[in-house]
Amino acid sequence: MAVTGILLVLFLIAHMIGNLKIFFGATEFDHYANWLRTIGAPVLPEDWYLWGQRILLGAALIAHIWAAAVLARRARAARPVRYVHRPKVHVSYAARTMRWGGVIIALFVVYHLLDLTTGDLNPVADQQHPYTNVVADFAPERWYVTLVYVVGIVTLGFHLRHGMFSALRSLGQQTPRGERRARTGALIFAVALCAGYLVVPFAVLAGLVR
Amino acid sequence: MNLTLRIWRQKGPDDPGRMVTYPVSDISPDMSFLEMLDVLNEQLTLAGEDPIAFDHDCREGICGACGMVVNGVAHGPQKATTVCQLHMRHFSDGDTIDIEPWRAKAFPVIKDLVVNRGNLDRIIAAGGYITAPTGSAPEAHSQLVRKADADAAFESAACIGCGACVAACPNGSATLFLAAKVTHLSLLPQGQPERLTRVVGMVDAHDEAGFGGCTNIGECSAVCPKEIPLSTIGRLNRDYLRAVRARSGTPGT
Repeated sequence: MAVTGILLVLFLIAHMIGNLKIFFGATEFDHYANWLRTIGAPVLPEDWYLWGQRILLGAALIAHIWAAAVLARRARAARPVRYVHRPKVHVSYAARTMRWGGVIIALFVVYHLLDLTTGDLNPVADQQHPYTNVVADFAPERWYVTLVYVVGIVTLGFHLRHGMFSALRSLGQQTPRGERRARTGALIFAVALCAGYLVVPFAVLAGLVR
Repeated sequence: MNLTLRIWRQKGPDDPGRMVTYPVSDISPDMSFLEMLDVLNEQLTLAGEDPIAFDHDCREGICGACGMVVNGVAHGPQKATTVCQLHMRHFSDGDTIDIEPWRAKAFPVIKDLVVNRGNLDRIIAAGGYITAPTGSAPEAHSQLVRKADADAAFESAACIGCGACVAACPNGSATLFLAAKVTHLSLLPQGQPERLTRVVGMVDAHDEAGFGGCTNIGECSAVCPKEIPLSTIGRLNRDYLRAVRARSGTPGT
């Protein structure tokens, strides 16, 4: 869980920084997006690096979901008779929602790929000019798209809040002081990542990015 | 005070079990929770009914024999307290109290609130010991231990093996128990020779017993009557990672 999660988080950081290029204007953003297809050239043919990264991330994602499914099945088997009186997990909302939150994030990723990668659900779907795709996507009259993104990203934020701490613990974080630091760090990271992602749709919605 | 108790009754391992309601009256707030159950059992015995079976021994909170889930919380509402040390003053007149056994596949119910926790013993047998010469205790200063290590080891050694961590864990995992035992021994010089085989053996025994996996939620530490810190799980993971990386059988590594 920890290792695959960290791989996916590294991608999330790079993806967020890339998204923020939208504030430098259409030319810069489209140039950046097209550069992603040519990373590694001329050593590698076009798209090879991109597909390599996609395969690696896909494998990490599948391994992450597989490990989560194994844990969930073991948990179910470990308590065949349920408690009659059982209050909700009270320690942490983020920890309680890891499994269903993960399902929501997976569905969101499918929607996001169909929207801004393949373009099937995008009103413009111009492969060469992703800037126009983004602007059309988050237009005020398509407020429900922004809503879907907000739900997806906030769920991701909660997932990371527990996930980052849990990954450090799984890899051997062992002091009480380090635990407080890891929890605070995970919270700050989750909030920063949410803000970095959500600023783009809200900038389009507010007319700052046109 | 007068209370309504809803208690899990199960005649034996094969009985499906059900919650049964019992009213109890004139309970003193100075009674312990187990004394309150004793009062109920007196009534049941006089009425010719089967008394409620529950585990208990020292009733001072140090043996780890007692344990039941009170209103959905292992050992009841009082923090850092076993159910034998829980006093009825923490409840109010007219309360309805739900009492259930620890629920885990690895803790099969023997009768009513009594579960078989033999799987915790199996985990200990798989490595929770040190090879030490028997005989009289050695001179305490012959092996020096850093104060910080001694304190942390002692904190983990406080684990009484009651199984509340398993009862509270949404995954039905005994990882906090495992972590307390591994931490206790791996921080002391006497625990070093078997440090790596211990952690692998105990984790394997834990998984074979049918306990769930840890997802670092922290419900265990919140109900632990001895307040074993969640950070011990990090130490367990660190030892485990070290053990699986180690080239066993290669001299000098």
